[in-house]
Amino acid sequence: MNANIFRHEFRIRLRSVLIWSGAIAFLVVFYFAMFPVFADQAALMNQMMARFPQAMREAFGLGRVDLATVLGFYSFIFLFVQLCLAIQAGNYGFGLVSVEESELTADFLLSKPVSRTQVLISKLLAALTGLTITNLVVWVSSFVAVSLFREQRQYEPRPLLLLLLSIVIFQLFFLSVGLVVSLLVKRVRSVTPYSLGLGFGSYVLSAFSGLLGDVKLEYITPFKHLDPAYVVQHGAYDTPLVLLNVAITLVSLVVSYWLYIRRDIPAVS
Amino acid sequence: MSIIEVTNLTKYYGKARGIVDVSFTVEEGEIFGFIGPNGAGKSTTIRLLLSLIYPTSGSAKVFGQDVVTHGPEIRRDIGYLPSEVYYYEGMKVIDLLKYSASFYDRDCTQRLHELSELMELEMNRRISDLSYGNKKKVGIVQGLLHSPKLLFLDEPTAGLDPLMQRKFFNLIREENKRGVTVFFSSHILGEVQRLCTRVGIIREGRIVEISNIRTLQQNNYKKVRVTADGLTPAAFDLPGVTNLQMDNSTVHFFFKGDINAVLQRMHGFQVTDVTIEEPTLEEIFMHYYE
Repeated sequence: MNANIFRHEFRIRLRSVLIWSGAIAFLVVFYFAMFPVFADQAALMNQMMARFPQAMREAFGLGRVDLATVLGFYSFIFLFVQLCLAIQAGNYGFGLVSVEESELTADFLLSKPVSRTQVLISKLLAALTGLTITNLVVWVSSFVAVSLFREQRQYEPRPLLLLLLSIVIFQLFFLSVGLVVSLLVKRVRSVTPYSLGLGFGSYVLSAFSGLLGDVKLEYITPFKHLDPAYVVQHGAYDTPLVLLNVAITLVSLVVSYWLYIRRDIPAVS
Repeated sequence: MSIIEVTNLTKYYGKARGIVDVSFTVEEGEIFGFIGPNGAGKSTTIRLLLSLIYPTSGSAKVFGQDVVTHGPEIRRDIGYLPSEVYYYEGMKVIDLLKYSASFYDRDCTQRLHELSELMELEMNRRISDLSYGNKKKVGIVQGLLHSPKLLFLDEPTAGLDPLMQRKFFNLIREENKRGVTVFFSSHILGEVQRLCTRVGIIREGRIVEISNIRTLQQNNYKKVRVTADGLTPAAFDLPGVTNLQMDNSTVHFFFKGDINAVLQRMHGFQVTDVTIEEPTLEEIFMHYYE
């Protein structure tokens, strides 16, 4: 690893990290503040929910959890947290090496006495450090929100911890898949459309996979691999799917490395 | 020892030609000019030597080490000024230069300040606020601040005003006096002529000529102009005459060979004016492109 590149990369991304972290913390606390109302009016709420079409309840993971419980409500919010995390991590993944190429600073960096391996590892670690800050902010804001608004309702800590622990796996997935896609396409002109596409795309695949019958699309989307409703219901991960998720991440990283050290850096024009 | 040693180097971008079968050497302490029109493969060659891109076939050595396998070690002693300079837009000039210096394991602070003073850089401005010429100046300081042993200059003068260009050339000469080898790519021949000791001419990806600037000018062609009454182009119908043109009573042409043959042909005329001179590099160059 090269400390200079790490520091530079981290600094360049710091503002984005803080904005994402703040937004997600706000989302968690703000939504969870509504929990007491839901819980008090549980019967009414469940009645209202029953009127929504089955497919829609499925899409939001509402079919299987009880919104009147701390964990049920939290898992509902966690889905949106996951969506934000996916877009953020995707952003960093797609932009990791492609931003230098589209802004043509790659020539500067790679004509310095550093190897491609050092560049890639330093960049990955810097992005991961940023994502870990966001991760920690989600931990803190989740515990704060739950302890502030649960109002003596009891909950089991294990599923909550499992959900929070899944964040790093989830982030790594989008970071590395973003990276490998950015290296497979010829040139990434703008990062945002790619990361929104990947984030929302995999969310939609997961949300509507039930509607598509037997097509097993859920095998490729981390929203299914780490489905919050499943974790809360079972108090455990769906181990084979989590392993599949980790495998995809590892393959993406290895392929990215292979592609990057052989890559011809495109010239100006 | 040759500082750069390129052997049958070939690069294709997919099917598009980059360079084909390029071989040359650059010796320690010389300023090597690399001339060719846009798209001839000048930048491709430099990018291969910096391992920003990798060869399709052939090999290249810098400081005696292979560029593909020893890139990072080689680049410790290389300074590079790209033809188009792009830096992290949000950074201040001083931060960018410090970032650049941080990659080298020697203290560059003093040289950094000397150079930026010479180039009249405003250290606290953001890169995004700089004009093209000012970015280029940042590029020059950035390429030189670690006192490299080998300099790659890829069309370095574009965007610099004449005053800065002169300063820049003096700077390069000074560096060269201290033993720095310079690889200077350009399509402006005047500047190559002023600075370089040897030139390589590249055309459509292939080297067409490598020689000493002097020999290129002396041994190759003479530019002859004769003004005389009753002159016809047929009078100089000799082997070795090219680009023969006639206007009014003046004939001019290039000649390669024994100059006495030309003098003899002039003998029968009432000559009012004669010049025989070495062609400029520009004219030699145009000759290679026809």
